[in-house]
Amino acid sequence: MPKVVYVDFQGNRNELEVANGMTLMQGAVMNGLDGIEGECSGSCACATCHCYVDEAYLDKLPEMSENEDELLDGTASERLGTSRLSCQIRMTDDLDGIVVQLPEEQ
Amino acid sequence: MTGVVIIGGGHAGFQCIDSLRKGGYTGPITLIDADPHLPYQRPPLSKGYLLEGAAPDTLLFRTATYYSEQSVELHLGVAATAIDRDNRSVTLSNGVRLSYDQLVLAPGASIRPLKVPDEIAGQVHYIKTLGDIDRISAQLSNAQDLVVVGGGFIGLEFAATACKLGKKVSVLVRGTGLMNQNVTPELSQFMLEQHRAHGADIQLNTSIETVSRLDDGSFEILTTDGRTLSCDMLVAGIGVTPDTRLAEAAGLECDDGIIVDAQCRTSDPVIYAAGDAVSFAHPLADRPIRIESVQNAVDQAKVIAATICGEQAEYDSVPWFWSDQYEFKLQMAGLHAGYDRVVQRGATESGKFTLFLYRGDKLIAVHTVNKPADHMAARKLLAAGVSPSFAEAADESLKLNGLLKR
Repeated sequence: MPKVVYVDFQGNRNELEVANGMTLMQGAVMNGLDGIEGECSGSCACATCHCYVDEAYLDKLPEMSENEDELLDGTASERLGTSRLSCQIRMTDDLDGIVVQLPEEQ
Repeated sequence: MTGVVIIGGGHAGFQCIDSLRKGGYTGPITLIDADPHLPYQRPPLSKGYLLEGAAPDTLLFRTATYYSEQSVELHLGVAATAIDRDNRSVTLSNGVRLSYDQLVLAPGASIRPLKVPDEIAGQVHYIKTLGDIDRISAQLSNAQDLVVVGGGFIGLEFAATACKLGKKVSVLVRGTGLMNQNVTPELSQFMLEQHRAHGADIQLNTSIETVSRLDDGSFEILTTDGRTLSCDMLVAGIGVTPDTRLAEAAGLECDDGIIVDAQCRTSDPVIYAAGDAVSFAHPLADRPIRIESVQNAVDQAKVIAATICGEQAEYDSVPWFWSDQYEFKLQMAGLHAGYDRVVQRGATESGKFTLFLYRGDKLIAVHTVNKPADHMAARKLLAAGVSPSFAEAADESLKLNGLLKR
């Protein structure tokens, strides 16, 4: 099963197996990882699953929708060039090993 | 020490577990749910779940490991049948008796059944549980013509899903418009046009007069306005009623819901209640209300957990809600009852717009279509009690977050 490395704000690394087809948000939330909320169940409606994606993986991600783009403008922690909503990133073999940094607050 | 017993594994029940442990509660936690699955999220059932063909596991709040790690005892697939307040215990359908120090009722709401003859009743589909959607899914591939009864969120979300799956869908709506109780006439009309443009045959001011089942298993429906429809599947989403049975039988105060105070405490101080089944005085409402939403369930559960952990907490969150229909994301923030003015930002034709609802010059609710960022900002405005002027609300060049900071 492909792996995702979630790095929390304190710098702790959590390596989790996330099945293909699941989103990075689901992977974190279902395993009880703090730092990602996903209060809209992953429908790209709330911006509480903000993460910073390791640059090496940015090009492999699906394109950002207009809604995601607008939501990222209103995140609780600063938006950076690597910001994405983790509910919009579905796991594939291609993304195996992806590293995402979690922001200070959601 | 017998700990906290929670009845109901929906958003309220699950959140209560998580917030209790995060809040430092170390006593025993026991969850009872009549549904046999590990606690899961229901909102996607009428939305993306069928379309995406997702695995049931993707709906889980947490994997099984979480419950063992957090020492949560699960009683799944069994119902709570009685509460004995004198002895502080709950009896389950399998005869098990569980004692509690604190009891949390999160029973949710019961589907309002369609009034049809007994021989048809068992064939009508509803959308509440994973089991319901599995049954729908199993039949859907062989069905072409569907009749959906109900013009509320659930019925419309399912109608949109079925249309996207290529089904021929008729929707019978008793009222004069779609989602009448929950959105403005402008938004209702906009969505009516979208549903029709996507091929849904929406019939307003009508309902089922009679329905019969033909030899080939299909249904023949005569509507109250004299139309005849035939369909392979009949799906109803005509609302719910708060599940107050256990609470009432235990003598807890109920009136269209289990009555709770600002700490979500019932008339028994060691019994709390949260979610769809609860009636309460919200600071933004002028009479007791009941809110059927994820937000309400989650935020009430957080208040209960905090209270049990000995913190000062009060439920006063700004209500919010969302619905997905076709490519449209509707989001509602605040309580709009009693609004007397609508200010619109963005053109209706663009399919992306925001409606600011005012009572006098006070902003009381904001409804958005495909403007999630406006929705998130609106929640902050409403929570802070900030009312933009009508001109500011209408001005697309002004960022809503900017209005908050002044």
